[in-house]
Amino acid sequence: MVDIRDDLKLIAEMVEANSRVLDVGCGDGALLDYLSHAKNVDGRGIELSMDGVRQCVAHGLSVIQGDAETDLKDYPAEAFDYVILGQTLQAMKQPRDVLEMLCRIGRRAIVSVPNFGYWRVRMQLMLTGRMPVTEKLGYQWWETPNIHFCTLRDFVVLTEEMGITIEQTRIIDRAGRVTSRAHSGFANLLGEQGVFLLRRNG
Amino acid sequence: MSAPLPTAQQHPPVTPAAADGAADDQAMPGKRVRLAVDRPMRLDSGVEIGGFQIAYQTYGTLNADKSNAIFICHALTGDHFVVEKHPVTGKPGWWEMLVGPGKPVDTDRYFVICSNVLGGCLGSTGPKDLDPATGQPYGLSFPIVTIGDMVRAQKLLVDHLGIEKLFCVIGGSMGGMQVLQWAVAYPESVFAAVPIATAARHSAQNIAFHEVGRQAIMADPNWRGGNYLLEGTRPEAGLAVARMAAHITYLSETALHRKFGRNLQDRKAITYGFDADFQVESYLRYQGAAFVERFDANSYLYITRAMDYFDLAADAGGSLANAFRPGGRTTPVRFCLASFSSDWLFPTSESRAIVHALNAVAANVSFVEIETDKGHDAFLLDEPEFHQVIHGFLEGCAEHRGLSVRRRAR
Repeated sequence: MVDIRDDLKLIAEMVEANSRVLDVGCGDGALLDYLSHAKNVDGRGIELSMDGVRQCVAHGLSVIQGDAETDLKDYPAEAFDYVILGQTLQAMKQPRDVLEMLCRIGRRAIVSVPNFGYWRVRMQLMLTGRMPVTEKLGYQWWETPNIHFCTLRDFVVLTEEMGITIEQTRIIDRAGRVTSRAHSGFANLLGEQGVFLLRRNG
Repeated sequence: MSAPLPTAQQHPPVTPAAADGAADDQAMPGKRVRLAVDRPMRLDSGVEIGGFQIAYQTYGTLNADKSNAIFICHALTGDHFVVEKHPVTGKPGWWEMLVGPGKPVDTDRYFVICSNVLGGCLGSTGPKDLDPATGQPYGLSFPIVTIGDMVRAQKLLVDHLGIEKLFCVIGGSMGGMQVLQWAVAYPESVFAAVPIATAARHSAQNIAFHEVGRQAIMADPNWRGGNYLLEGTRPEAGLAVARMAAHITYLSETALHRKFGRNLQDRKAITYGFDADFQVESYLRYQGAAFVERFDANSYLYITRAMDYFDLAADAGGSLANAFRPGGRTTPVRFCLASFSSDWLFPTSESRAIVHALNAVAANVSFVEIETDKGHDAFLLDEPEFHQVIHGFLEGCAEHRGLSVRRRAR
């Protein structure tokens, strides 16, 4: 069995066995590979980088080269039990539209977001007066693909506005430990990233 | 399609072809079967055709439960000699890069079948064969065949071989069209489909190129309204020009430039005339001349026409997605599409349109665009990343199909 990143493990825990899963931005397919072997899911992926796609398909995973912002619209509603978006919402041009699509084509969506309200980020901005560069967000402002940062609170507020229910929350710290299972002001300060299980209301 | 580009200096001499057209069918290696003998097959045009011959070849061994068969669909000017010396040209098989022992389409594991298309000229019934009704070659009285008809004939062959469900159907270009047709017409008989460098319909530009080729053939006085076999002539010039024009579309500007540039052919300066001064001209003339040795001009008309008529969406009420929703349910076929970045004949956008339609029904699909400067012909050439993808996809499918898996580090 392959070993996977901590946030991916948390995502995998939210997925029920034998379900249909679409991993948006699946990278080299580590999560899909893990899910198909550990949970017997029917897994698919979309990945922007050709290198990633090639690795995935060469490992027998069903992955297409594509862009979440243009290629998700083709899928029918509730085509999957889970649609996963790991650490890429902040890189989307229209994150709200993407979130909308995730919750349309999946009965549930699992989204992980880096927290711009994390205390180290806040400290850097306050003390140096410059855009934060952290281990997880390791880009200078002029080169970063992450164009739409949010804090965990921002994310929660957006889901409320959109009529999306957060069914599960996992806030994790720099070491990948779960520090909280619910959103709070404190979690927004101490968590480096959040993993959310989402469902559209009604 | 073409073999890898030889340099202009390496052209083997072109020998004059036998006057009776392509080589004698019955003397050729490979297998033959008469199909639709008891009940004629109805073509898309409405014409019924019975007792036609299909020439085919197989490699590898069919397993006990007949679950390891891979059907290869050849391209416009291809044939069923996939991995063996060609009986007419003496060249290696056209897909030895991909198919063979230890190759991605592993003949040690899979039972590989390839048949010459209906309307072809290498053993399957086509316009150069004798019409039993008249005792003369069909010529233009041969019925128009479509990609659907070709696949219908292939299905009869697969039935004849006692195979209920193919493990995989794979092919590039026109072969890819047939793969799509297989998946749409017989979704329960195909486990996996690999359409390569292809499209769900022939584009206006591609129809235009085909028309140039056909008009070149028909403009040759030796074509004789299609009756050249009867009149003992051969429209070699027309067919060669058709091949030359088509050949350009299989390459890319970069590949042509890399190979030939503006280099001169066996001379130090231009000659102020219409000789083949440039290597690229000499190369094209060679390609044209070599082609007429192995291909029948009328067959070229019929097969190009079949590609022109191909339009999967039109056959499914105008929606490509509907084609992949047989009986209102998502197709069970697992797809892997591949395109090549420098292919302008079947560009990536064509493959992507198919992927979008498959997504619309939430089908199981993989899609890769391979970065290469070799143009459309790349699917026949040494493209390690492409071969890795095909290998990985087939391994994954073999696992799901319950065939023994043998992962190899490549």
